[in-house]
Amino acid sequence: MSIDEKTVRKVAKLARLALPEERVAPMAAELNGIMAWIEQLNEVDIEGVEPMTSAVEGASLPMREDVVTDGDNPERVLKNAPKAEDGFFVVPKVVE
Amino acid sequence: MTNLTSLTLAAALEGMAQKQFSSAELTDAFLHAIDKANPHLNAFVVVTADKARAAAKASDERRAKGEAGPLEGAPLGIKDLFCTEGVRTTACSGVLGEFTPTYESTVTANLFRDGALMLGKLNMDEFAMGSSNETSKFGPVVSPWRRGNEDAKLTPGGSSGGSASAVSADLCLGATATDTGGSIRQPAAFTGTVGIKPTYGRCSRWGIVAFASSLDQAGPIAKTVEDSAMLLQSMAGHDAKDSTSLPDALPDFRAACSRSIKGMTIGVPDEYRMDGMPAEIEALWQQGIEWAKDAGAKIKKISLKHTKYALPTYYIVAPAEASSNLARYDGMRYGARVAGKDLAATYEQTRASGFGAEVQRRILIGTYVLSAGYYDAYYLRAQKVRQRIAQDFRDAFADVDAILTPATPSAAFALGERSGDPVQMYLNDIFTVTANLAGLPGLALPAAVDANGLPLGLQVIGRALDEESVFAVSAALEKAANFATKPKVWWA
Repeated sequence: MSIDEKTVRKVAKLARLALPEERVAPMAAELNGIMAWIEQLNEVDIEGVEPMTSAVEGASLPMREDVVTDGDNPERVLKNAPKAEDGFFVVPKVVE
Repeated sequence: MTNLTSLTLAAALEGMAQKQFSSAELTDAFLHAIDKANPHLNAFVVVTADKARAAAKASDERRAKGEAGPLEGAPLGIKDLFCTEGVRTTACSGVLGEFTPTYESTVTANLFRDGALMLGKLNMDEFAMGSSNETSKFGPVVSPWRRGNEDAKLTPGGSSGGSASAVSADLCLGATATDTGGSIRQPAAFTGTVGIKPTYGRCSRWGIVAFASSLDQAGPIAKTVEDSAMLLQSMAGHDAKDSTSLPDALPDFRAACSRSIKGMTIGVPDEYRMDGMPAEIEALWQQGIEWAKDAGAKIKKISLKHTKYALPTYYIVAPAEASSNLARYDGMRYGARVAGKDLAATYEQTRASGFGAEVQRRILIGTYVLSAGYYDAYYLRAQKVRQRIAQDFRDAFADVDAILTPATPSAAFALGERSGDPVQMYLNDIFTVTANLAGLPGLALPAAVDANGLPLGLQVIGRALDEESVFAVSAALEKAANFATKPKVWWA
């Protein structure tokens, strides 16, 4: 499966990464180099194998009470905001 | 009392307990060493001298009151992936701008609880994606080691290159690091230091900038196996704030270092003998086997037959998880925003200007393998191959107590020497990545130097939650290797 320039543009769009036009072809070549190497996984017999979903066998995710344990601290939350005003994040206009 | 900076953590704690010197004196000695070395090594990206001096003074006061913690007064370096309250944390990426956390990561909070203090933040590959420290926004870290009499700048490895370089050059007693595919163990092996990645879930990931959540684990880089055990003891432990943090009680890791390995069975996997592997690595491995035998261990050949598929599996799983984790960097809530003509353009330009080339490449691969129509062919298949790799280990550990391998397929290389081809760079992690995929503890320790005088490391892998056997075997090998070579000081 080879990645063409159209796919690179589409994936960059999905990933919200501006990719200058002159980088599209080199990026396609780089990604194909990596994906060609990854193709060797097709040799592995995975018939009947359960996908691994837990890094440590038998470890299960605990549930906790659905209660608020933190919060009410808008100054700390907004401290690193590129733009903030009156206790809110300021973001570009999204509706006309 | 000369050369406080060359002490091990254990010796420095003993020296402070015996009132031979104070934490304030020790901290000053390290700050002085950093001042001289950092312009050459670029290991620290932030030096928190005032905070460190204040913390040392407070530590000396606690000790005087008889309230010394297990790491009381120990000056450490902290990898820039750990959020530190009030101290800039960027994962060495442009996208985080001047991000200054208003909270402390669990691992660093645990270290400070036990009396340790921070000298500053350590350089690393951007978002921990790299094996040579060349992807950092702040420029590469330089290894204190050199090839013979050459003055070519060598890599300390990556991604925890700042941690490895700083510990190796005596700029801190020990350092925090993280390991997603080998980022603790490969730099430790390249710099003659000790690094352990514990079992997945031993250390809380809360407050550590996420790369690939099912693989990321924190651990220490230290001067000795015992020092690494002492640091891990403080870093690890259950944390309700990380749902993957293991609830299991922590054994006494330091005590495990003096356990005999007589009667233990150590596995040697055939598949770790790679084509083109330098003869010196093969010889080192044989030497390690002999040392283990001399210490009373039995050696058993084992087969980990899916080993060659570990790296390609990793390069699906890790980028997929990274593309998802890094979606949060949108320039809205924190980080450096680059304004575009509309919201979508603002996202796209913020991310394009904030992320470096390797990070962008991995985000694109991750997005591609998760995109509609490809999920089954790539991500699902990779998670099944990952199960095969983990099963190989489970089968092997039915017969052996630990596994011995080389830590890396070569000694350190020069900066720039391998940055042209991503796949060549990825091969650095060929011996370490399997333990991440299977969630197992792995430790790299220095065992010899090559013909150029550069350190080479061995790796010990253990069962899940059995760091004790890893420490016991590693300490026995360390004793036999008696590795005492230090880099020649050219930076001060």
